[in-house]
Amino acid sequence: MEFDFIAEKDKFLMLGYGLLAFVAVVGGLLLLLDVVPSWFARRHEAKLVAASASGAPLPRWPKQREGLFALFFLLPTLLLLAVGLVGPAIRTTLLSFMDAGSNDWVGLRNYGWMFSDPAILRVLTNTLVWVILVPLVATSFGLVYAVLVDKVRFEAVAKSLIFLPMAISFVGASIIWKFVYAYRGDDQQQIGLLNQIVVSLGGEPKFFLQESPLNTLLLIMIMVWIQAGFAMVVLSAAIKAIPADIVEAARLDGVTPWQMFWQITMPNIRPALIVVVVTLSIATLKVFDIVRTATNGNYDTSVIANEMYNQAFRYGQNGQGSALAVFLFVLVIPIVIYQIRNLRQQREG
Amino acid sequence: MTTATPTVGAGAQATGATTTASRVRKRLNSRTATVVSIVIAVLWTVPTFGLFISSFRPEDQIKTTGWWTAFTDPQFTLENYQQVLFGSGSSGRLISYFINSLAITIPSVLFPIAFASLAAYALAWINFRGRDWLYIAIFALQIVPLQMALVPLLKFFSTGVTIAGVQVLPAWNLVDEQKFAQVWFAHTCFALPFAVFLLHNFISQLPGDLMEAARVDGASHPRIFRTIVLPLITPALAAFGIFQFLWVWNDLLVALIFADGGDETAPLTVRLAELAGSRGNEWQRLTAGAFVSIVVPLIVFLSLQRYFVRGLLAGSVKG
Repeated sequence: MEFDFIAEKDKFLMLGYGLLAFVAVVGGLLLLLDVVPSWFARRHEAKLVAASASGAPLPRWPKQREGLFALFFLLPTLLLLAVGLVGPAIRTTLLSFMDAGSNDWVGLRNYGWMFSDPAILRVLTNTLVWVILVPLVATSFGLVYAVLVDKVRFEAVAKSLIFLPMAISFVGASIIWKFVYAYRGDDQQQIGLLNQIVVSLGGEPKFFLQESPLNTLLLIMIMVWIQAGFAMVVLSAAIKAIPADIVEAARLDGVTPWQMFWQITMPNIRPALIVVVVTLSIATLKVFDIVRTATNGNYDTSVIANEMYNQAFRYGQNGQGSALAVFLFVLVIPIVIYQIRNLRQQREG
Repeated sequence: MTTATPTVGAGAQATGATTTASRVRKRLNSRTATVVSIVIAVLWTVPTFGLFISSFRPEDQIKTTGWWTAFTDPQFTLENYQQVLFGSGSSGRLISYFINSLAITIPSVLFPIAFASLAAYALAWINFRGRDWLYIAIFALQIVPLQMALVPLLKFFSTGVTIAGVQVLPAWNLVDEQKFAQVWFAHTCFALPFAVFLLHNFISQLPGDLMEAARVDGASHPRIFRTIVLPLITPALAAFGIFQFLWVWNDLLVALIFADGGDETAPLTVRLAELAGSRGNEWQRLTAGAFVSIVVPLIVFLSLQRYFVRGLLAGSVKG
C-alpha cells in the first residue's frame, strides 16, 4: 500500500486553483451584477427625489438596462461557445480544404481521398452498418422490454439492471465484452463466455475480434448493450403516459395484446420512439471509444470518428482528419432535419 | 327496448365467462412476463458479473479457467486490486489516474452548470432584442459533433490565436498537471449547448407570476436568480450534474487529446484503454482496473437515478 501522497499534491493544488477560479468567476459575476444595479437604482432614486422636489416631470426608468443584464448573464456562455465551439468548427471546415500541415489550399482533394481510398470506404461502410443496426436493435429491444416489464413484479429492479450499463464508460464496457469474446487455443480451457458456449455446443473456438465482418457486429453488440437501457427508460415512461381510459376502452372492446400493441401503444408512443431513434443515431455516428478500446480500428472495424482521430492526431493529416469531421457533421444534419419536421408536425397535429 | 334486454343479458353472460378465462390467461401471461423479463435482466448483467467475479480471482486462475469455475472452486484474492491500484508503473498505478479523473471531473461539472444556468435564466426571463434567435442558435449548436472542434482547439491551446500575423491571444504553455485546465475548458465548451437547453426547459416553466411579483417588489435580476430561481431548479441542476459527471468521467476522446497520456493528467479511461491495447491479455489487471473505473459512476448513478431519469426524459422527450 505504498501511496505517495506528496507526489500527488500538485494535482490537488491544481484542482484547488480550478475551484478557486470557479468561485472567483461565478461569485464575481453575481457580485458585479448585484452591486452595479443597486448603485444605478440609488442614483435613479436620488433623481426621483430631486425631480419631485423641483416639480419637474419624473425621469423614466432607463430601458436599455435589461439588455445590459442579459449581456452579463450570457457573457461566459457566449464567450466560451465562440472560442471553444463556433470558431473551431468554422476553422475545421476551412482546414478540410487544406493540406496535411494546413499551409496550402488543395480544394476538394481531401474529400476525393475520402471517397476513393478503399480503406476509408470500408470505414464509411462500417459506420453505415453501425448507424443502421444500433438504433434499430437497441430501440426494438428497449421497446419490447418496456412492454414486457410494464406492471410485472420486480419491475423497478429489472429495469435498473437493464439500465445499469448506461453508467459504465464505453471503455469499461468494451473491456467487459472483450472478456466475453476472449479466445484461448483449441487445446486450452476457454476463459471467454462466448467461446465457452461455442465449445460446449461442439464448435471450434474463434478469435472473434479478428474475424471480419463478424467483429463489427460484436462491437455493435457492446453499444446496443449500453444504449438499450436508454431506449427502454424513455419508451417505458411514454407507455405509462398513455391515458388509462384509452387502454381501458380498448380492453373492454376485447382487443388482443397484439392489437393493443400495434393500435394503441405504438401510435401513442410514436414521438418518444422518434426521439430515441434520432438520439441513438447521432450518438452512434460519433462512436469512438468502443472501437478504439476493443480493436483500435484494426481488422476492418474502424469507423469515422476513429479514423478522424487517427488522421488528425496520429498521422498528422489535419486536412484529411478535418474532412472526416466535416463529413460526420454533414451526416448528422439530415437526421436533425427529420427530427425538426416531426416536432413541427406534432405541434400542428 | 324489449328486444334489447335479452341481448344485453346474453352479452353480460358472455363477458362473465370470458373474464374468468381471460383472468386466468392474464395471470399466466403476467407470470410469464415476469419470468421472461427477469431472465433477460439477469442475462444483461452476466458480462459485468463475470468481470466482477474475475477481478477477485488469482492471476493464474483467471488466465487458465473461465470465471464460472469460481462457483465450484472458489479462490478469491484482493491481490489484483492491490497491484493495479498501487503497483509499479507498468502494472497500472491506477490510483494516480483515479485522482486525475477526480481533478478533471469536478470543475468540468461545476463550470457548465453555473454558466448555463445564468444563460438559461437570461434567455427565459430577461427581455432583450434577438432573444429567441440567440436561444435557437445555442440550441442548434447541440448538433455540432465535438470532432469539429478538436484540431483547432488543440492549436488554440498550443500556439494561441494569431490574426493576420498579430498574436491576439498567447499560447497557454501548460505543463504536467496544469493541463487539467485545458480539459476543463474543452469539456465546459462542449457541454454548454446541451446544458443551456436542458436548464432552459426547466427555468422557462417556472411560474411567471412569481417573477412578476418579485420584479414588482423591486428585486433585480441577479437577486431573483439567486433567491428564487436557483432553489427552485435544484432538481434540474442535479439532473444535469449527473449527466455531465457521467459524461466527463467516462469520456475518452477529449481526455486523449487535451490531457497528456502520462500519469500527470490522464484519467482512468485513457489508462484503461492503453492497458487494454498493450496488455490485452493481462486480465487480472484489466478486470480489476475496469472495476476501479466503474465503481464511482455506479455509486453516483444508483444513488441519484431518480434525478438522472427525470433529466433524461426532460432532455429527450420535450426535445
